[in-house]
Amino acid sequence: MQAYKGILTALALAAASGIASAADEVVVYSSRIEDLIKPVFDAYTEETGVKVSYITDKEAPLMARIKAEGENTPADLLLTVDAGNLWQAEQMGILQPLDSEIVKQNIPPQYRSSTGAWTGLSLRARTIVYSTERVDPKELSTYEALADEQWEGRLCLRTSKKVYNQSLTATLIEAHGAEKTEEILKGWVNNLATDAFADDTALIQAIDAGLCDVGIVNTYYYGRLHKENPDLQAKLFWPNQQDRGVHVNLSGIGLTKHAPHPEAARKLVEWLTGEKAQGMFAAINQEYPANPDVAPSEEVSAWGEFKADTVPVEIAGKRQAEAIMLMDRAGWR
Amino acid sequence: MIHSVQRRWYPLSFAVAALVLLPLSVLLLSWHEIDTTIWAHLWETQLPRLLGNTLVLVLGVAAGVLLLGVSLAWLTSLCEFPGRRWLDWALMLPFAIPAYVLAFVFIGLLDFAGPVQTAAREWFGSGVRFPRVRSTGGVVLVLVLVFYPYVYLLARSAFIAQGRGLMEAARVLGRTPWQAFWHVALPMAWPAIGAGLALAMMETLADFGAVAVFNFDTFTTAIYKTWYGFFSLTSATQLASLLLLAVMLVLYGERRARGVPRASAERKRAAPLYRLHGWRAFAASAWCGLVLLCAFVIPLIQLLVWIWQRGRFDLDSRYVGLIVHSLSLGALAALITVSVALLMAFARRQAPVRPVKAAVGLANLGYALPGSVLAVSIMLAFSFIDRHLLGPAAEWLAIDPKPVLLGSLGALLLAYLVRFMAVAFGPLESSLARIRPSLPQASRSLGVGGPALFMRIYLPLLVPGTLSAALLVFVDVLKEMPATLLMRPFGWDTLAVRVFEMTSEGAWARAALPAITLVLVGLLPVILLIRRSARL
Repeated sequence: MQAYKGILTALALAAASGIASAADEVVVYSSRIEDLIKPVFDAYTEETGVKVSYITDKEAPLMARIKAEGENTPADLLLTVDAGNLWQAEQMGILQPLDSEIVKQNIPPQYRSSTGAWTGLSLRARTIVYSTERVDPKELSTYEALADEQWEGRLCLRTSKKVYNQSLTATLIEAHGAEKTEEILKGWVNNLATDAFADDTALIQAIDAGLCDVGIVNTYYYGRLHKENPDLQAKLFWPNQQDRGVHVNLSGIGLTKHAPHPEAARKLVEWLTGEKAQGMFAAINQEYPANPDVAPSEEVSAWGEFKADTVPVEIAGKRQAEAIMLMDRAGWR
Repeated sequence: MIHSVQRRWYPLSFAVAALVLLPLSVLLLSWHEIDTTIWAHLWETQLPRLLGNTLVLVLGVAAGVLLLGVSLAWLTSLCEFPGRRWLDWALMLPFAIPAYVLAFVFIGLLDFAGPVQTAAREWFGSGVRFPRVRSTGGVVLVLVLVFYPYVYLLARSAFIAQGRGLMEAARVLGRTPWQAFWHVALPMAWPAIGAGLALAMMETLADFGAVAVFNFDTFTTAIYKTWYGFFSLTSATQLASLLLLAVMLVLYGERRARGVPRASAERKRAAPLYRLHGWRAFAASAWCGLVLLCAFVIPLIQLLVWIWQRGRFDLDSRYVGLIVHSLSLGALAALITVSVALLMAFARRQAPVRPVKAAVGLANLGYALPGSVLAVSIMLAFSFIDRHLLGPAAEWLAIDPKPVLLGSLGALLLAYLVRFMAVAFGPLESSLARIRPSLPQASRSLGVGGPALFMRIYLPLLVPGTLSAALLVFVDVLKEMPATLLMRPFGWDTLAVRVFEMTSEGAWARAALPAITLVLVGLLPVILLIRRSARL
């Protein structure tokens, strides 16, 4: 019958489309989107002749897939946004140490795993954004101060479901302890001008449009909007410059435990932390290079220099679950 | 003696059920360990509110899709009013718009920083107040506008199939048009309407994309949060299996309420029953036009504006590949899923015994799970087969033991089959139910049986149902995101994948280009189908 033919066709297709893996190839599972990685990988292929294949998805499904594939995984590298995810990958036992002197030289220790299982490639500062019309930057000081009464009905936040906010909260817990942090978060929630947004872009647009006066965002979202609309009525502010510094997270890469091409993968990671790739990798998305010898792009430099929090980014992973529970208790949706 | 005929359906229905059961058993197995910290936390701070939200959402969407779907189907199939001819098929168009796309268009257009409120502030001053856009009402409205076509499509073909004879009989027997509608047409069409309603409710329960754009917390968002935030896939699948339980109740209720399907032959579309005049005709045109405007025309215009502003530079040769991939996946999945669903519908009809019924019921459960959870369960199940069955087999045959299923096109198509079985099954079953058993019986007595019976009697009568089923699966596969993302072979990026990449970075405007391409690609079969079924 027709139906059986259909099934047979499908099975035949299934058998025919098995993946071939060549020797000069590196396979990357990435939660950083194609537009942000393809140009860099293309440059690598051009320089070395090594092909880089990748698929993109969210990190949790990718990690589940690597784990399920086990020894059969085609993936050499896992590229994610947010260190918390890489820390989790390490806990799941799907990564192995990179063991590269070059990476150690290129990337400062707080932006790497303490066991060497992964390294950061670009830094993303999560900072305060304010309305240039309704806020004098002198009124601003720290993340914590956004809980003050002065900001009642003026603060905008993104959803607590986003890992960026979970990481920020994790570092707050690290700095102040759970009790004090809950107080701060409750203050923030109390000051909200509107329900939490689903993304940073909408938040900045809301400040521009006059719905709220201050918010917390990753800088590259601001950069993107500012590029499209130079008259944006919002600016970035670097908080906590008198104490621990601006919260910094990263996009990073780890070597999978059963990588079929570990040597080729290590070379790619080393190249990615080098000068040429670092400038490119960060500039595509207006982020900061993780290699301190490489300067950020002109646009990014124009936002000014700042002191960054030096707490190891691993904290974001270690305290992620605690942070989420705390955010839930504080009523941050 | 009947039993031996019925038993012939056992292997097939059990095999398909097993395919669905495989990922579901991954869910059930998750209960072997319970993370009490996470559960206690969820229970104390989350669950009561989430359950309330979910209930309101599902009931709101159910009421909305019934109101829209049935009223529109009734008007376009049995009444005559200005614009009916094209509204008839145009009202199916919103089906091509994915829920997450309508959600971000809705918010982009109407929220505080959007063009509507900005313009209003410019004209009337900053004091002007709007109702909250990112609210329960907003989510319900968006989901109703994207899911009503399920009810519309099925109710419409049921009304057309009923024809005017019954209604005329009711009128002759002294019923008013309204009484005839409530007491004759609606109960007769209920199996079809119920099937559409069940699909809409399952979609609502499983939706993540649209509710995430609204930051509206439902049971499904809690599943994702548990997985992506707490990184507890175990607790997430436990939550998902509870969701599944809720869905089984919905389906059971729908089956009970549906009652015994009544047979009535497909017939040629009759002349309209009611010619509307004056204000009635105007109201009918206005109602249909308003729905079309909100669910399709305005979103399309907003997407076009965004493309003009930001996305037009993104259009390049890659789109050819994206479109081809989307189309081939949709077509292959539709072919496979409809074929299997048809066999299952036959199994249930020919062998209405408990084991077969149970198998068919199970096979339809995949639709209700949140896409990512189902995708990961399927992936885990497949990797288990790869490792413990196919791997050793390959070793035994002395072939390089590479994973066969995972990362292959076949696995993705199987995943679609598991996920969209119910979508194909609904329309097929209700159109099969309309074929009187006397028809094949007569044909058998005239010596036509077996394949010839299928080809000459069933197939022609099943064409409308089969087409509806194929269309629904095709468009659903186009829009499908999580399974495609997780299981696509290298290089098989689709339009939905592209939409995901843009939206995951909050670049809604840049998502407009792949979104509109997706809508346009999905439109062709919608128009094709609806025009064809309109001629019947």
